[in-house]
Formats: sequence, structure tokens, C-alpha cells
Amino acid sequence: MREHEHSKEFVRVHSPILTKPFYFFLALSLVGVYFIILRFVRGIGAVSNLSDGYPWGIWIAYDVATGTAIACGGYAVAILVYIRNRWQYHPLIRSAILTSLFGYCLAGFSVMVDIGRPWNAYGFFMPSRWQPNSAMFEVALCIMGYCVVQIIEFFPSLLCVLEHSKLKWLQKAIYHFHPRHTPQDEALVRTTVEWVHSATAWFHPKFNTILIFIVALGLVLPTMHQSSLGSLMLIAPTKLHPLWHTGFLPLLFLINCMYMGYAIVILESLVSSYLLKREYEVEELSGLAHIIPWLAAVWLAVRLGDLIQRDQVALVFKGDKYSLFFLLEFLLLAGGSLLLFESKRWRSPRWLFATAVMMLLGGALYRFNVYLIGFIPGTGWRYFPSFAELMISVGIVSIEILGYQVLIKFLPVLPNPHMHRDIAHVKPPKAAEAVARA
Amino acid sequence: MRTTSRRQFLKLLGATGAGLLAGRPCAARGAGTVNNDELGMLYDATRCVGCKACMAACKRVNRDSGGLAYERAPFDQDKLWDAPADLSGNTRTLIKLYKGPQNRWSYIKYSCMHCQEPSCVSVCPVSAMTKDKATGIVDYDKNKCIGCRYCQIACPFSIPRFQWERKAPQIVKCDLCRNTNLRGKGLPACAEVCPTGAITFGRRGDLLRDARGRIEANGGRYVNYVYGEHEVGGTNHLYLAGVPFPRLGLPRLPAEAPAEFSERIQHTIYKGFIAPVALYGMLCIIALRNRKKRESKGIQEEEE
Ligand code: SF4
Ligand code: SF4
Repeated sequence: MREHEHSKEFVRVHSPILTKPFYFFLALSLVGVYFIILRFVRGIGAVSNLSDGYPWGIWIAYDVATGTAIACGGYAVAILVYIRNRWQYHPLIRSAILTSLFGYCLAGFSVMVDIGRPWNAYGFFMPSRWQPNSAMFEVALCIMGYCVVQIIEFFPSLLCVLEHSKLKWLQKAIYHFHPRHTPQDEALVRTTVEWVHSATAWFHPKFNTILIFIVALGLVLPTMHQSSLGSLMLIAPTKLHPLWHTGFLPLLFLINCMYMGYAIVILESLVSSYLLKREYEVEELSGLAHIIPWLAAVWLAVRLGDLIQRDQVALVFKGDKYSLFFLLEFLLLAGGSLLLFESKRWRSPRWLFATAVMMLLGGALYRFNVYLIGFIPGTGWRYFPSFAELMISVGIVSIEILGYQVLIKFLPVLPNPHMHRDIAHVKPPKAAEAVARA
Repeated sequence: MRTTSRRQFLKLLGATGAGLLAGRPCAARGAGTVNNDELGMLYDATRCVGCKACMAACKRVNRDSGGLAYERAPFDQDKLWDAPADLSGNTRTLIKLYKGPQNRWSYIKYSCMHCQEPSCVSVCPVSAMTKDKATGIVDYDKNKCIGCRYCQIACPFSIPRFQWERKAPQIVKCDLCRNTNLRGKGLPACAEVCPTGAITFGRRGDLLRDARGRIEANGGRYVNYVYGEHEVGGTNHLYLAGVPFPRLGLPRLPAEAPAEFSERIQHTIYKGFIAPVALYGMLCIIALRNRKKRESKGIQEEEE
């Protein structure tokens, strides 16, 4: 009974799968897949505008460096729930982990599309080839580890399904593999189903006990690889523009992924509430919105302090391409966080949407600046992604959205609107309380 | 007596720590120490007549082992010519002509600088780029390479090239003929065939002395600078020229090796892997305590 109560914190979305957006994203995904096949048949040079000067293009800058930051929602919410003990955010966690999982798996996948000799990737598992000085070595191992951790973290929703469904598919499977089973043999089938039920019922609480150690691992790994994504560019002091090259790259990337993580959770929740015509989760979101400006303030302070200390402030106002991109990045982030310092905006879905978008764009632009725009390999090199390159990235994002759309209709992922309203009443977030009183 | 043993203990501790965090000898080399016994080349641009015999020899000798093909020019219908315009996935070394003002013309040869502290080796995640301890040769192994092209990002000279047009591409760069000419004849093919003595092959220390001697004996002929002596921690491929080096496409670079900088930060964060483990322990404790708190408050929960 206890388990049943719990499973109600999250619910499946009951609506048809084959909707118009489904076909739209399916089409985009298929275009992406077509170009991915082309890339493997004809080589990277045939589909992309990459060159020896710009060996990394949008596949790395977007799909890996930015994509994994956008996928940091699970990380950001898990810090809140488990470390800062804000259990009221628990309803957000499953969908956050699901998007993270998708984001990271697809980042891994696009790395496989990007690298030239993927068949040698097994080298990461051979200690004789390990190269701990390489930030990429660390990023690769941590991302692989994190994918596994997230799959494990996602088990509970699978277990819920196992426990409570009638397991029609299992029954069907049994009939399929034992065609001689007649309905008279149903007793056997029933015992099998019961056995599965009781096994999961036995396993589930045990699993929950150890899960906390995996959750902690799920916090350490992103901390490591998100900062290492910044370290990747430490090696290029002569190629990365001084507005972006600094010893603080790891720290900046780490904080950057946190506020982007909270922003994406807000955005995702608003969008899915809007599209699925559910109530906005304003209580939870206002709490998240309250954290973002503080993180951003720390980030901006480090960024500016570093520029001053390295004596590069003049470059900001130089008026060239680089200073423009710097200012754009800066205005988006400073603007978004300034808006969010005012508490009345935390409860307005419109403002939440606008500020979350600003933080995400600003944060993403920062990563683009570090990986592409501020990267100057020397004179004579030029890069702008080709159509095929863009479509591969678009296709990968579409696969992500598609998977999310389908999975929330199969598994209990989204918060149960009735249930968690009650929780919110029992324990409203401090911030929300303050607003309510005002 | 006690102090010695303590010092020894500290030394041991330091050594194990360094071993843990360096993992591989390529890294923790004391800052600023240069090994002048490593093998290198001295290219004297004032002696070079631009005959490109070195380019031809390089491709002839390394074609098979290096996976090199001929570069086709747009005019070349009959596939008769090898016409590389730049270093590329098919070309490890290249001669270019710089036409400066007042007839200050100069040939210049490009190829891997065989850095003392190579960025490419420092960043390669699967040890496909390696620096030989004895010879100092920076070599590449396509059977380990995953094709991530991080070495291209990292190299301050933009030397490593990638075979973009191929289905099974690899990185291409000079390895001082380590697997070909050097093994058979004791010197790289380019140094062997150069008719004017513009390429000298030998130990870095000897080459440096030779280079300084030439500048001293022939002051007017050279820019008073040996390129590669200090650049990014020193390179084993050295240059002499009569035209300022940046004009010849050899970038102005700081004396500190980029790998030194990045590895210092990486090692500070991951010293002995203590920080991540401590972080993990701390997070576990906090999370467990928070769970207890919740349970005592009677909030039933389901971990995730
Ligand atoms: S010149 Fe570039 S490729 Fe050659 S050793 Fe130095 S870093 Fe590596
Ligand atoms: S492309 Fe190959 S050699 Fe270069 S860093 Fe990647 S794995 Fe190493």
C-alpha cells in the first residue's frame, strides 16, 4: 500500500502519442539520421565545413558543450532535494532526470558521430592508454559514468510500472514463446506475474536504501566533467581570445551549468504545463527562480574580477566582433539575473519564461564563445556550419524531444498535479511564503 | 636521524603523489627544464633554395606508413602532380616562399616542431600521441587514435592535420621518420636529401650551438634569434632566418608551455584524486542525514 501511495507522486500523461508535434519531430529526426548516415558513408569532410583550423564545430560546441549544460537540470534539482534538503522540489525530479539522461546519451552519441575513428573508442577502457592529463579523458569517462548513474536513478519509475501494471506485455510474451499455452494454463501465467510483482515489491525498498549513494555519485560526476569541459580549453592560450581564456574556466563552466540547469527545469515545466494543459507548478518554480540570480551573481563576479585582474577590460569595449559577443553574453546573463532579483517575478509564468530563456541563451552563448566564436586558430581559417552539419544537430535535438514526448506517456514521470498541490500546501517554499504574505 | 627519515618519508609521499596525478611521464617534468639531448632539426631559411627535395623525399618515404596520398591540383586532369598548398592530411612537410618588401624573400619549411612539452601529447585522451623519452620524438599511433582532433585544437603551431575526406581518417604530422628513414639510415629523409645543407639533424644542444655560431659568424645574414629555443617551453625543431619569424608564419609564442599551465590547474583540482573522493563522501553524509531528518519528520519518501 505504501508503495502505491508513493507512486502517485508522479503520473503518466494520458494522451495519444501520435500527435502532430510527434510527426514534426519525427520528420526532423529522420532528416538528421539521413545526414548521419551520409557522414559515415562519405566521411566528415563531405558533410561538414570543419577544417584543420576549426577541427571542432557545432557538434562539439552545441551538442556536447552546450547540450550537456542544458541537460544539467537533473543535477541542479538533485542538489536542491538531497543536499539542501528541499523535499518540496522532489516532484520535479523525475522529468529533470529524464531530460538529463536524454541530453547526455545524445551528447555521447553525437561525439561518436563527430570523432573520426570511433572504432578505437574502446581505448577509454584500457588503463594502458589512459591519459589523466587530458581533460577530455576525464570528460569522457565522467559522462559515460553519469549516463549509467542516471539510468539507475531512473529505475524507480520503471519499478513502479512493474509493480502496478497487469504486465499484459509479459503475458503476451509468454504466450508468444509458448504457443502451446492455452487459456487453461493461465494459472502459470498468473503466478509468473505475481512473482514479478512480489519480486519488485521486495527489491524496490532495498533499492531505495542504496539509491542515495548513487544519487551522490550523480552529483560528483557532473561536478567533475562540467568543470572539465571548461578545462578543455585551458590548453589553447594562444588560440582562445583573452576575453575567454582564463584559469577560471573550470569554475565558470561549473557555475554556468548550475544556473542553466535551474533555468531549463523552469522552462521545461512551463512548456510542458502549457502544452499538456496542466496547472503551472508556480510554487516550485518560484523557489528555483530565487536561486538563479545568486548563482549568476557569483559567476558574473568571477568573470569580471578575472578580467580586471588579467587587465583585459579594454577588450570589452573595443567594439570588434569579440567584444560584441562578450557584451551580448554579459547583457543576457546580467539582465536575466537582475530581473530575477525581484521577487514578484518569481510567480509570474510570463516573467519566469522570459528570464529562463535569457539565462539559457546567455549561458549557451558563453559556451559557444569559448568553443567557437572566441577560438582564433590563425589567419585564413573560417568556419560556419554547413546545412548537413546543422541538420545533424537539429536531428539529435529532435530525437531528444521525441523520446521525452513518448516516455512521459509511458512512464510516471511528471508530477501528479493533485498530489503535489497538497504537499505544497503542507510545506510551501519559504520564498513563496514571503510572497504570499507580502 | 629523525629528520632524515621524515624527509625521506615526505619525498616518498611526494613521489607517489606525483606518480598518481601525472600517471604518465610526459607530464610532470620540472618547469623550464629542457632536455638538450633530444633529437631535432635545424632549418636555416637563408640556405634553403626552395627545391622542395625534402617535400618529395618525405612523401616518397612515408607514403605508406603515414597513409599519405598525393594532393591533386584543380588543373590536374591526369593525376600527374602532387601539389599541396598547405600542410594537410596528405602532407607532413611543406616549403613556402615568402615575398617580403625590398626583395627580402625567404623560403620557409613547416613541419612538427617536436616540442619539449608537447600540447598534443598532453591532451590526447587515449595516448595516441606520445613523446619518446629517449629521443624526444613526438609520434602518433593511428591504431589508438579516436579521431577527436583535440590535438589540433591544442597545438600552438596548428601542425596536426586530419584526413577530412576519408572514411577512415587519421591525424597526419611529422614523426622525424621514426618508423622509416630514421630507422634505416639514421636521419630523416628531408635532412638526408637537402642539397644545400639547410636542414641539419642532430641533438638539440649541438644544433643550438651550431645555430648561435652561425649567427655570430654571419651577423648581417640572420635575424638575431633562434626560433624554437624558448617558444612554448622549447622545441626540438629550431629555425634560423633572415626575415622576422612572425612574417614567415611562425607565431609569436610565450615561453611557458601551454601544457604546463593546463596541467597545473588540472593537477591542483585532482591532486591524488582526493578532492572528488572527499566531495563524494561529504555528499553521501549530507544526503543520508537529510534523509534521516525527513524520516523523523514522518515524511514518507521515495528516493530517486
Ligand atoms: S608542434 Fe604541435 S604537433 Fe608538433 S609536438 Fe608541438 S604540439 Fe605536438
Ligand atoms: S585526434 Fe587522435 S591523436 Fe589527436 S588527440 Fe584525438 S585521439 Fe589523440
